[in-house]
Amino acid sequence: MVESSQNENIEILTYSEVEEVGGYIGNFDVKIRKKARFVDIDKCTGCGTCYQKCPVKVPSEFDMEMGMRKAIYVPFPQAVPNVPVIDKEHCRMFTKGKCSICQKLCQADAVDYEQKDEIIEDRFGAIVVATGYDLFDASVYGEYGGGRFKDVITGLQLERLISPAGPTGGHIKRPSDGKEPKNVVFIQCVGSRDIEKGVPYCSNVCCMYTAKQAVLLKEHLPEVQTNIFYMDIRSAGKNYEQFVQRTMEQYGALYIRGRVSKIYQRGDKLIVKGADTLVGIQVEVEADMVVLATGITPRHDSKNLAGILSIPYDQFGFFTELHPKLAPIETVTSGIFLTGACQAPKDIPDTVASASGAAAKVASLFSSDEMSMEPLVSTIDTAVCSMCKACVEVCPYGAIQEEEITLRDGTKKKQLIVLESVCHGCGACVSTCRSSCIMLRGMTDEQIFDELMAVAQ
Amino acid sequence: MAYGYYPGCSSHGTAREYDISTKKVCERLGLELKEVEDWNCCGASPAHATSEELSLALPFRNLALAEKQGLNSIMSTCSACYNRLKVADEILKNTPEISSRVSEIVGESYNSSLKVIHFLDLISKELGIERVKEKVQKPLADIKVVSYYGCLLTRPPEFVSVDPDPENPTVMEEIIGALGAEAPDWSHKTECCGASLALSRTDIVLRLSGEILKSARFADADCIAVACPLCYANLDMRQAQISSMHGVDYSLPVLFISELIGIALGIGYKELGMNKHMVSAKTLLTEKGLI
Ligand SMILES: Cc1cc2nc3c(=O)[nH]c(=O)nc-3n(C[C@H](O)[C@H](O)[C@H](O)COP(=O)(O)OP(=O)(O)OC[C@H]3O[C@@H](n4cnc5c(N)ncnc54)[C@H](O)[C@@H]3O)c2cc1C
Ligand code: SF4
Ligand code: SF4
Repeated sequence: MVESSQNENIEILTYSEVEEVGGYIGNFDVKIRKKARFVDIDKCTGCGTCYQKCPVKVPSEFDMEMGMRKAIYVPFPQAVPNVPVIDKEHCRMFTKGKCSICQKLCQADAVDYEQKDEIIEDRFGAIVVATGYDLFDASVYGEYGGGRFKDVITGLQLERLISPAGPTGGHIKRPSDGKEPKNVVFIQCVGSRDIEKGVPYCSNVCCMYTAKQAVLLKEHLPEVQTNIFYMDIRSAGKNYEQFVQRTMEQYGALYIRGRVSKIYQRGDKLIVKGADTLVGIQVEVEADMVVLATGITPRHDSKNLAGILSIPYDQFGFFTELHPKLAPIETVTSGIFLTGACQAPKDIPDTVASASGAAAKVASLFSSDEMSMEPLVSTIDTAVCSMCKACVEVCPYGAIQEEEITLRDGTKKKQLIVLESVCHGCGACVSTCRSSCIMLRGMTDEQIFDELMAVAQ
Repeated sequence: MAYGYYPGCSSHGTAREYDISTKKVCERLGLELKEVEDWNCCGASPAHATSEELSLALPFRNLALAEKQGLNSIMSTCSACYNRLKVADEILKNTPEISSRVSEIVGESYNSSLKVIHFLDLISKELGIERVKEKVQKPLADIKVVSYYGCLLTRPPEFVSVDPDPENPTVMEEIIGALGAEAPDWSHKTECCGASLALSRTDIVLRLSGEILKSARFADADCIAVACPLCYANLDMRQAQISSMHGVDYSLPVLFISELIGIALGIGYKELGMNKHMVSAKTLLTEKGLI
């Protein structure tokens, strides 16, 4: 991120959101809302005085609410840019109209409570969608406590406990009483592969991140015993299976094949009841902490973004590629590319591979002034067209536009044209046009009739 | 408006005190009950393990009779009866083919007009817990009661609706809280007691019910509240055997929710039929000055 921020060809617009996208490949007109952060990026030196002195503390979203942050804050130490943002919902200047401690203390005079959202309207040649994923909400699993037990945490919470920059400074302490856990249970496939309470698909990353976390836990706490309940271990990736084997053999993780039916609290322990389907017995583990490997879901706002970008999504809300094998990065809308977990659950290697692919696609698109397209596009016979515009309504890609032309006698006339770079040749307009004045090149009615006649002979 | 009352077989046998106390409590709370005439067994857990048609036909007849007798609702005290009536009602309502087939077998017709409820619904939803609270004469102060729901009051959640949360129901705790007792959260409120294996695999029943008693003891409970005669049978009648198996004297009275309400409303111990329990609640209630 830091490297990208220093590259003169890259402009990073943080705390900003795309609101409208018009135009087409090579000419996307994009409206971006740059939200007011109430701190002037150009003036702020990143000294941190403001957030040290701010009196308001709220649970930190980045630390999965296991630590606190201030009302003026930088979400995490490595954030780019290293400039704080004021959380309007909690800042006393906004809630009570008084305080301004941060403004008074800021030597660079960077705090500005009057700052307004800024709208940027610009033209872009291509768009890469990399909006990522959300995590499955494990509270629907009442049998795992549904959020009632403090020491039943998610994998992402454990990531924060392990992180040196996390709420415990990298010391693994369980949330309830800050004690180091000695016996930890992991439950895989929470929300994934569960048609009753979750989603039918496999989340792809949780088998491996669970193994990684079992290794990291053991490295942090050599005394710890990890117990992993799983359905299958899906370690299909380069060196992944060997990693899982090492997790068992060198790091002593106990893999138990079966589901957990219930977790309950007994004293300061969590009793985890489940089945060991390989041995065919019921098992009970007395744990200090339980980690749920919650699955990956599409972002909660993915359908809205799909609407803005005019790209399709699947039944869950993951964005759909043009072709699963032959065009896994492109979307049906030319010039919009997908990368990472917004398309399907992906781990970092897969995300980086698809991101590199998308970057290469964009670079090749930009490398020439012309682009090659499928020849199968529709064309309008303007002499016949009555301008009813039924085709405009029906075109899923917005490829049909109105233009004004000047006739030889100087009069102006409106007519419809097909943007060939946007048209996909789906034929929706052709079958809609009442005066039959739209044809697909290479697939005119006459050609189709001739083919049929030839077949019928 | 009278509520249709379906006592179920246990109410005439092992759980007569549930029937007695329910009637007394309803009378005191101004809830009129009208027993369904000529009712039959609901089939409980054996019927649906034997034949699906039988498991629907038995409750169908009860539903049909209640409807014919002009009732608008049918309330059961037993969680198995409630479960069977409710599940059958839902299936009959939503699948006309099954409904007409079962109607033919039974020789009665049913138009799905009844509201199928449990005694807990009657108190919490029909009457309202606040109304019970207003009528409390002897608050159950200083008593710790754990609520045991078992399996059938909350499952399957798509049909059964005593409480919106099948894994952590709280309606009994709310009622008990309104009576003035302490109703803590505990671990085994929806664990199975083994009821359907009562005769075939008693060893499993003893193990499962034993776990429940052990956990109630761990939660430091003075007694266990139940809303089902089958749960009651396992936890009360087998308690001596479990105690000797575990080498622990549990002495945990198992009380029907109706009995607890009755005591708080100031109804007498004997009047509620409470002298019929295996594990007597007399000492506990006397100590707390409630009887
Ligand atoms: C607990 C856990 C541990 C993991 N451990 C590993 C591991 O060890 N190794 C591994 O390979 N993978 C691991 N993964 C998987 C890894 O997190 C993903 O592969 C990776 O994050 C996917 O990257 P991404 O860029 O597609 O999405 P994200 O990392 O989710 O990034 C998407 C970004 O887009 C931003 N965004 C979203 N919507 C918008 C919008 N409309 N406008 C602007 N910005 C937006 C988001 O704020 C976010 O910053 C783990 C996952 C979990 C849950
Ligand atoms: S003005 Fe707001 S952000 Fe600044 S110190 Fe006060 S509460 Fe914190
Ligand atoms: S990756 Fe593993 S844990 Fe995650 S859903 Fe797939 S099988 Fe389950």
